[in-house]
Amino acid sequence: MNIYFQTIWRDLNIAVRNSSMMLNPLLFFIMSVSLFPLAVSPESELLAKIATGVICVSSMLSILLSINILFHNDFENGLLEQMLISKHSLPFLMLSKIIAHWMLTGVPIILLSPLLGLFLFLDIQSIKILMIVLLLATPSLSFIGAIGASLVVGVKNSGILLSLMILPLYVPILIFASTAVNNFIEGVDISGNLYFLATIQLVCLMLAPFISSVAIRISLE
Amino acid sequence: MLKVKNISYQKDYNILFKNLTFQAKDGVILHVFGINGSGKTSLLKILAGISTAEKGSVSLDEHDVKSFEYKKQIFYFGHLPSLNLTLSSIDNLNFLTNLKQSTNKTLLNDALNKIGLKGYENEYCYRLSAGQRRRVVLAGLFLSKAKLWLLDEPFTALDKDGIEIVKQCINNHCKNNGICIIVSHQDNIFANQEVLEL
Repeated sequence: MNIYFQTIWRDLNIAVRNSSMMLNPLLFFIMSVSLFPLAVSPESELLAKIATGVICVSSMLSILLSINILFHNDFENGLLEQMLISKHSLPFLMLSKIIAHWMLTGVPIILLSPLLGLFLFLDIQSIKILMIVLLLATPSLSFIGAIGASLVVGVKNSGILLSLMILPLYVPILIFASTAVNNFIEGVDISGNLYFLATIQLVCLMLAPFISSVAIRISLE
Repeated sequence: MLKVKNISYQKDYNILFKNLTFQAKDGVILHVFGINGSGKTSLLKILAGISTAEKGSVSLDEHDVKSFEYKKQIFYFGHLPSLNLTLSSIDNLNFLTNLKQSTNKTLLNDALNKIGLKGYENEYCYRLSAGQRRRVVLAGLFLSKAKLWLLDEPFTALDKDGIEIVKQCINNHCKNNGICIIVSHQDNIFANQEVLEL
């Protein structure tokens, strides 16, 4: 098997064996969304109005919660050093790790969103748009998160620092994602929002693996 | 031949070495020793291309340390085990080896057998002792096609048999014109070794 697929497979394998590592962010996502009706109001109209925002914010925070460990274990056990001096491309190895992270956090969030959407009284058409929006937004969240995680990989207790660095970069994605679904509900054209989200994803795809690999190289110096 | 010319390295405000020059011909075992904090591990990291010297040059057979050809020719065994404890010995060794070269299950099993881990191939690494974990990584020596081996304290946590197996493997490598640089606090590890004191 190609080393890049092997890296993805390895990370998925490790996550399955440390199931709490994978389930924590997902449980956080489910719990935070499901607590809103209890705290705000059980009225269907109000919940449908805030549903997209709640789901987008929760997914963002749940990815942020899991991003800290993206490179941390491999840094601690010395595998990143071996990756750095391997004959393979470090940016592509980083890309594989980011894809594995998205498969472990982004994909379950997308798959759970219809259920949580129904829970918050979103109609079926809006849920479909929500899933498309999450499909475009969650990879960008993993890519941007990876840049932050690689910058603080050698720093102890870097959780707050990482959040401060990443959250401002998440804001444009949050705005485009939540307004896309709200605009759809109000009957406004949403193609602009989707194009923006797709563009952000492509830019992140091109830049994040390279920035991460440079940051890792500096951290290992 | 490994050539190291005038390299200097400083960590924070501490100058570890200045204008260090040495060379290791093919077939040489170079034992690097020195007091704690003298820069032995830093030197190995520079030779591995993980750290960069402030000045000077490192080359192997005229290939610079930053070149792809150099990277292909090194095997680095550092302080950290590079193992994920939730994976099996063979999975860990397979991934580590694949970062350098292609391999197959027979070769991996064979290497684990040679290092004395027969029967532990599918054992999760968290169930292994410290010495056995180090053996998993050191099994990579039997698979490595690299010319330059950089080993940082390879005998730590190994028993007598383990030390003998690794020594034998290093001797065989150097008989085949390989170069081995060992950082260790043990004295006179090999009869035919050259010595570098930091």
